[in-house]
Amino acid sequence: MLQSHAEPAQAPVAGIAAEPLLSVRNIEVVYDEVILVLRGLSLEIPRGAIVALLGANGAGKSTTLKAISGLLKTEDGEVTRGEVLFDGQRIDGIDPDKIVRRGIFQVMEGRGIVADMTPIENLRLGAFTRRDNEVQKDLDMVLGYFPRLRERTGLAGYLSGGEQQMLAIGRALMARPKLILMDEPSMGLSPLLVKEVFAIIQRINRDLGVTILLVEQNARAALSVASHGYIMEQGKVVLDGTAEELRDNEDVKEFYLGGAGDQRRSFKNLKSFKRRKRWL
Amino acid sequence: MNMQLLVQLLVNGVIVGALYGVVAMSFVLIYKASQVVNFAQGEFLLIGAWVCWWLLTKYQIPFFAGMAITLVFMLVFGVALQIIVLRPLIGEPIISVIMVTIGLSTIFQGAMKWIFGLNAQPFPPIFKTQSVNILGLQIQTAYLMSVAVSLAMMAGMAWFFKASKYGLAMRATAFNQQIAQSLGISVKNIFAMAWAISAVVSAVAGVVVGVVNSVSPALSTYGIKVFPAVILGGLDSIVGAVLGGLIIGLLENIAHYVDSEFLHWGNLYEIAPFYVLIIILMIKPYGLFGTRNIERV
Ligand SMILES: Nc1ncnc2c1ncn2[C@@H]1O[C@H](COP(=O)(O)OP(=O)(O)OP(=O)(O)O)[C@@H](O)[C@H]1O
Ligand SMILES: [Mg+2]
Repeated sequence: MLQSHAEPAQAPVAGIAAEPLLSVRNIEVVYDEVILVLRGLSLEIPRGAIVALLGANGAGKSTTLKAISGLLKTEDGEVTRGEVLFDGQRIDGIDPDKIVRRGIFQVMEGRGIVADMTPIENLRLGAFTRRDNEVQKDLDMVLGYFPRLRERTGLAGYLSGGEQQMLAIGRALMARPKLILMDEPSMGLSPLLVKEVFAIIQRINRDLGVTILLVEQNARAALSVASHGYIMEQGKVVLDGTAEELRDNEDVKEFYLGGAGDQRRSFKNLKSFKRRKRWL
Repeated sequence: MNMQLLVQLLVNGVIVGALYGVVAMSFVLIYKASQVVNFAQGEFLLIGAWVCWWLLTKYQIPFFAGMAITLVFMLVFGVALQIIVLRPLIGEPIISVIMVTIGLSTIFQGAMKWIFGLNAQPFPPIFKTQSVNILGLQIQTAYLMSVAVSLAMMAGMAWFFKASKYGLAMRATAFNQQIAQSLGISVKNIFAMAWAISAVVSAVAGVVVGVVNSVSPALSTYGIKVFPAVILGGLDSIVGAVLGGLIIGLLENIAHYVDSEFLHWGNLYEIAPFYVLIIILMIKPYGLFGTRNIERV
């Protein structure tokens, strides 16, 4: 029943690294024409990967996702420098609904459930941009992943936080995207549910080949499923590497994985941290 | 007690009320989707009816062909109105938008009077038999058609919002525009679609009234009757709008009956709905079916 929606991950051609699915190059984002939030942020997401984007509150993680999905426009924000390339084409400045059609789907912070509709109606909406006739098949597949949603026939607004998160992920799958942007899926969930949600994220990545960019406060959970991670602070990436490297990194341990100290305010204050200039 | 008159007025109330319901429904459609209070709703009936009348009488087009052309025209008209007039106003204060729709209402009324005159004009006869006998009641064919068309449009609207993907998209847009956009919905297109559907549905109601009575500038009063219906039903509820319309239609006719039998104040029925409206709003400020938001994050 499960099958890959996205193209299989490309094997690197000898000598040339495979083209990443998404590359964000040195972007600057401004809200309301004056509030500078991203100051030259770059990142790359390989096809088929799960990449974690970590950082403190207000670092600009959600802004980064909105810059990719185009939702920035709905908040009077704009990419004023740099570029966002998806599948080799520039997508910065394009309307969000057109970006969905190209294959990027954002699961917004707070889940973005349409509260006055049923879960099934929410799922159907996920397939809004599709023209093929396999929507029903995918609906069955999604309900296979989240059997609990089938039993909830009332309004989606009355679902529990965990159920809403599953609905939001399921709805993203209904669009058959190549890339899903997830903004803090663990928010407000009990540790047990966080585990469940991350297991599902890993499963859909493996089974369906969907590439995932995962924004998280819960670094431990995120790095347990991601292959790569970026750490951002004040609108810039300050550290990146494989998930393993990041897990073993002293600063990350101290700052995010509960090494708890009194100096946790900023990365810059950490002793072993050396700021790296990055030009992608 | 004049039973004959009472029954007649109740039947009348249902027929007119169903039409009020249809117009109220198309008003709520625009309000829900794009948060615009459309004071030019009644003029949609007027324009639709005149255009259809003109095609039928001047060009002798058969009724259904004329109707089809009228609806296509109204579709284009609704979209054009949204794109040219309303779209530039997105983000402006509600009161400015209201002023604009009031202005549109005046402009359309004036234009229709200028083009088609002030006199009521009958539609060419459409039905072969003038009336049919149902359970001993003589009912005019045109009235039956009116109820049938109203019910069909209500059922169509229910299907649209419940089962079609554009209906779901419109509900999502009404709920939260940013969420809608995150799902790949173009909010601009949804607004245009809401205006198009609303204009078409209202025009159908306009033609129906034209066929039952005649076409005249008075048709736009349907747009005013919409307000008590819609506020009664709750501004954002389609079902409420339909029931509100029915209630207003019945109230008018019951008031008419009470007045002609007992009170003899004259013209009481014209304003009765507004009294009832005030009383109901004092008891239920959200209307009978208006929703408060689900408080849950
Ligand atoms: N629509 C907006 N208009 C103006 N400023 C904004 C807007 N959205 C975000 N900001 C500002 O941009 C900065 C980054 O916000 P963003 O939401 O991207 O952070 P975040 O990393 O997602 O934080 P959190 O972990 O709390 O979700 C903050 O200082 C915030 O105040
Ligand atoms: Mg955020």
